[in-house]
Amino acid sequence: MQMLAALACGLIFGWGLLISGMVEPTKVIGFLDIFGAWDPSLAVVMAAALGVSGVGFRLVAARQRPVFAAQSSWPTRTDVDAPLVIGAILFGVGWGLVGLCPGPALENLATLAPRVIAFVFAMACGMGLHRLWQGLRSEAAVRQPTESIVDG
Amino acid sequence: MENFTPISAAIGGVLIGFAATLLMLFNGRVAGISGIVAACLNVRGHDIGWSAAFIAGLVLAPMTASLVGYSMPAPQMPDSWTIVVIAGALVGFGTRLGGGCTSGHGVCGMARLSARSIVATAIFMATAIIIVALSRHALGV
Repeated sequence: MQMLAALACGLIFGWGLLISGMVEPTKVIGFLDIFGAWDPSLAVVMAAALGVSGVGFRLVAARQRPVFAAQSSWPTRTDVDAPLVIGAILFGVGWGLVGLCPGPALENLATLAPRVIAFVFAMACGMGLHRLWQGLRSEAAVRQPTESIVDG
Repeated sequence: MENFTPISAAIGGVLIGFAATLLMLFNGRVAGISGIVAACLNVRGHDIGWSAAFIAGLVLAPMTASLVGYSMPAPQMPDSWTIVVIAGALVGFGTRLGGGCTSGHGVCGMARLSARSIVATAIFMATAIIIVALSRHALGV
């Protein structure tokens, strides 16, 4: 049931990206290009999504447990540390260069565009590199708790 | 602002927020795409099933939407192969180091008013705006 629920959520999420136009790198660049022909659409997408999930999360958090899982994995960290800041900067550089973030990149795989496939492959390699580096670091240091999905 | 599409943006945003809420309600998971991809790549982990199913939904979305008349054109990416690969690697490494992307921090985290997510979103947005300003205006690449 968890897989079926996740599939449905992926579909709805994908429809949202598609209808809003956020699957198009040019549309995203249009938002980021505040000195050019600025297109505020992405801000509207985000505001609408935040409105719905803000209320939705409140309602869900009031429940004892999720429908198909034993417990909810709400992120618990509250500290702003160097990896968060550096990671956000690196992500921002990559996002600004081509206008693709992970969601739209994956959805664009459906078009079989060679550049999208290359982007997603490089993205997976970047993630693998981070995992490798984390592994080396935690081997070197005294046993630190391993980081998995920290925020999302 | 001739390209501004507020109505379709709002409808799409509502769907994204709805999907994030449902994933929390059903599976108790954050709809952060970078985290889901990482979970799917972790072949020895316990989250490979649902994360792969979510990604399948994301990739199948254009096909199902085409049944009701929504088409998805091939994305316009005039960038060189080198830039595409560098950008992809930065997005992959950066989102794992920073613990999230536009969906995990920008939507799910900010909806919880998480300080980490608000800071991360402000930083990656500002950085991307600077990169676009530099590459499209200052350097004219």
